[in-house]
Amino acid sequence: MDNHGSYKSLINIWILLMFLTVVTVGAAQFDFGAWNVPIALIIASVKAGVVALHFMHLKHEDGLTWVFASYPLFLLFLLIAFTVTDMFSRVVN
Amino acid sequence: MGFFDVTSKVLKSIAYPSEMVPSIDTEDDGHHHFDHETEHSGAKLGMWLFLATELLLFGGLFAAYAIYRAKYPDMFQHGSQSLNVVLGTVNTVILIFSSLTVAIAVKAIQENRIKLVKIMLWITIICAAIFAVNKYFEYSYKFNLGIFPGTDIFYSIYFAATGVHMLHVFIGMAVLGVLLRKVYKGKYSKDNYTAIEIGGLYWHLVDLIWIYLFPLLYLVG
Repeated sequence: MDNHGSYKSLINIWILLMFLTVVTVGAAQFDFGAWNVPIALIIASVKAGVVALHFMHLKHEDGLTWVFASYPLFLLFLLIAFTVTDMFSRVVN
Repeated sequence: MGFFDVTSKVLKSIAYPSEMVPSIDTEDDGHHHFDHETEHSGAKLGMWLFLATELLLFGGLFAAYAIYRAKYPDMFQHGSQSLNVVLGTVNTVILIFSSLTVAIAVKAIQENRIKLVKIMLWITIICAAIFAVNKYFEYSYKFNLGIFPGTDIFYSIYFAATGVHMLHVFIGMAVLGVLLRKVYKGKYSKDNYTAIEIGGLYWHLVDLIWIYLFPLLYLVG
């Protein structure tokens, strides 16, 4: 059975996540115009990746688990990308 | 593991399903059962599949957010600025900390440190309760101002997304509570911790969703 990492490494991951939370709030104090949302999403995705890899142990899981973890991201991409492109490519709204 | 390893593994499991059938312990009393290792990884895989459905549930809300934000940028700007960033930040810190305590609980049960498991699960449940109390204050503050889900589309999405998330916090509390009760009854050990690991995965998902909701609703104004 899997038994990876140590308590210390878990706490280090938590410190990293706290730092990224400061970055999240800090970045929101500046106006990047159209880049506001992409920047927020990139920081959030880094945090989500850290949580998935380390807290959820994805780093130590086998290939099949990776498939199960990543295919919904693809579906999510289809869902959002196609809805948005449909909405904004209509001639009559 | 590389992409091709994964692909070949998936294809192999489709082509030769019999190889995926776990070994059966024949020395037992005649009842067929899976060995612990297989049961453990099968249960975990099932949980990841369940988390996929959860992600798509929130995916619908994120799609609605993307469309209406692009359509009504001023409404979203105004709505976002009306939310309490301090409470939102505090709740973010609380949820991430509770993710840490759950991860420590999973680690601790693998080492049979039952007392540490109990402490960590208690802290996680208390964090969840504090999160809920903060959310209660946020909601009632908005209601007192006469702001409801029907006020405008921003608040519709805000209440729907945070409400469905809140429901997950309550379910997570219930799951962790049941696990904690069973820890007190001595049901888990380093040889039997699948339930705690799976419950932990669920709790991490609650954290993951909030990691996206917080900046999108509270910060990006």
